[in-house]
Amino acid sequence: MTASISSNGFKAGSKPRPLLRISLGFLVIALVLGLLGDFEITTLDPWIEIERMVAGIITPDFSATEDLWSAVVNTVAFAILGVALGNAMGFPLALAFQFRAVRILCAFIRSVHELFWALIFLQVFGLTPLTGVLAIAIPYAGIFAKVYSEILEESDPAPLQTLPKGTSSISTFMFVRMPDAWAHFKTYALYRLECGLRSSAVLGFVGLPTIGFHLESAFSQGRYSEVTALLIIFYVIIATIRKWVHARLIPLYIILALLVIPWTGELATSNLVRFFTYDILPHPLRVAETFDMGTLSALGAWLSIMWNEQALPGIIATIILTQVALVGSGALTLLFFPLISPKFFNTFGRTTGHIFLVVLRSTPEYVLALIFLLLWGPSMLPAAVALALHNGAIIGHLIGRYTEDMDLRPDSPKGLNLYAYDVLPRLYPQFLAFLFYRWEVIMRETAILGILGIATLGFYIDSAFADLRFDRAMFLIVVTAILNIGIDTLSRYIRGRLRLRTTADVV
Amino acid sequence: MPLLELKNATVQYNGTAVLNNLSLGIEQGEKIALVGQSGAGKSTLLNLLYQQCKEDAALVPQDLGLVRSLSVFHNVYMGRLNKHPSWYNVVNLIKPLKKEVDQVLPILIQVGLEEKVFEPIRELSGGQQQRTAVARAIFKDSSIFFGDEPVSAVDEHQSHTVMQAISASHQTVVLSMHDVELALKYSSRVIGLKDGDLVMNEPSGSLKASDLDGLYKQ
Repeated sequence: MTASISSNGFKAGSKPRPLLRISLGFLVIALVLGLLGDFEITTLDPWIEIERMVAGIITPDFSATEDLWSAVVNTVAFAILGVALGNAMGFPLALAFQFRAVRILCAFIRSVHELFWALIFLQVFGLTPLTGVLAIAIPYAGIFAKVYSEILEESDPAPLQTLPKGTSSISTFMFVRMPDAWAHFKTYALYRLECGLRSSAVLGFVGLPTIGFHLESAFSQGRYSEVTALLIIFYVIIATIRKWVHARLIPLYIILALLVIPWTGELATSNLVRFFTYDILPHPLRVAETFDMGTLSALGAWLSIMWNEQALPGIIATIILTQVALVGSGALTLLFFPLISPKFFNTFGRTTGHIFLVVLRSTPEYVLALIFLLLWGPSMLPAAVALALHNGAIIGHLIGRYTEDMDLRPDSPKGLNLYAYDVLPRLYPQFLAFLFYRWEVIMRETAILGILGIATLGFYIDSAFADLRFDRAMFLIVVTAILNIGIDTLSRYIRGRLRLRTTADVV
Repeated sequence: MPLLELKNATVQYNGTAVLNNLSLGIEQGEKIALVGQSGAGKSTLLNLLYQQCKEDAALVPQDLGLVRSLSVFHNVYMGRLNKHPSWYNVVNLIKPLKKEVDQVLPILIQVGLEEKVFEPIRELSGGQQQRTAVARAIFKDSSIFFGDEPVSAVDEHQSHTVMQAISASHQTVVLSMHDVELALKYSSRVIGLKDGDLVMNEPSGSLKASDLDGLYKQ
């Protein structure tokens, strides 16, 4: 007992409240960074835009363009193919997860956001279906590998000792480890398909024919009735996912997706080779005829300019936005979860709460940010609010469900007293665990909001792609990946220190 | 030479002796009952003996070692995973083959589980799970059976059926038991343990249930 207290770094008798301390620490950091960062409303009269949006929301127009339905079909098709391929690649990687090289590879490919993968593949494969499918499949393979290996690790080893000698390793794996893991695999893959639908929608913003493509033009031209119609269809697809996805139907869906996906564009393998062997090399190396001291010093100058003018400012902005959005997500979670909890609301109230949270978490954070950007003008504020709402809704949903199984004593207090004295203290460790798990996800999302003009790392990456400076883009993508892996490691360390656990079903 | 033999075996966990300097021989064809209070060292002794001959022995461990998501049929079939190529096992996992079901069914009838063939283990009661583990051990078709309290959760009537099935299908049987009546009835020799010491080693025929009372006194 003594050992466990001292190893935790708290002295007996000093009433250690590590969870409170870490929460306050993060809050203070976020407040300070919030003052340093660029958070303001720059539009002169946001009310005009709000009026137009509200008008659009109450008059959804499902006949706006004939492309609307094909965009919806494409969104689902890209999601199904991307998630299926990610699964197919992630599963063998999960089996090889004990190798360090595999773990590093997976950490890298999942730390690069699918929009950046899309920007890379656009240069290589052009606007072909392969670009969209791989942009989802590659990062998802890294995520599947990690989560599946965690699930497999948790299978009960007890049956191993009764197996007859000479049982092959394939039979052992299939009979002992797979059966328990299978149900978890299915749950997780379904959750990932939901994420895949969001990713697929967002890929439209870089030109693929999914609903993001139409959302962007509808937003930029203020056609909010069309925006509303697209989003409503999208919510219905996500809300009914359990109704239309069944294990037996998956092969059929894959075949259908392959049939409906628009096989446009040409595939040039010469692009592939040129991109990876020439385009992404730092400029001084490309122009150098021989590799000498001159080349080396030019490379040093290139790196120093890239670091000082792009990477460093990008990193600072990314961290500021991440920390503010993280604490904002936490605060909103604590506000949101009672909305769907039977401990606080009756069936009618909870149904409303559910619809509210489904809308918030199904709307891609990118779209939310775009809405607030139109309302408030460019600064970090729209991005931070969008991320906080989206992630607050996701964690709020999980925590709210968690309260369903909570037993209350018969004479427990009601309302605010129940919240503050009973429910909140009991679920706080779980809440922090989910929030820290989400930290790295939030950082990945802040980076892509750069594409909307917020000067995070993603902004510099997007600009580099726009200028066809792929060497710069690649350098910044690697910097972003390292930053994400760093946050992931830090989060795991903090969760370990605080002895917080998250189940693999939740990411 | 005995089939199984221990000489001056001592086992310690964290400095506490679980078995003290224990010597023991078991001949082929013997039915051994290990009796004693919980914590006396029965499970440790059983595992020690099992390690000596695990290649041709079947084991029902205390935690049963069942795969909870799989059906009764699949868990029993696992007793013979080494008899078939992997592809055959995988096919049988996805779709139970009639040939294999026909082989497993008679054993399930013996232990009274013929109505639960395709139920997943997690849906079963503790006694039904124990009977599944026994069925798997019988299906393995070994000459030696090791069981750590294999019928402790089975009801009285059925525990006799299950014990008979175990005895009938194995030449040599080593069981740890807490039910003294059952232990005497289905064994040829009783080995009594107390605090890690061997304190009794007698043919069952010469013992009455009351003779074992001493093992359970402090």
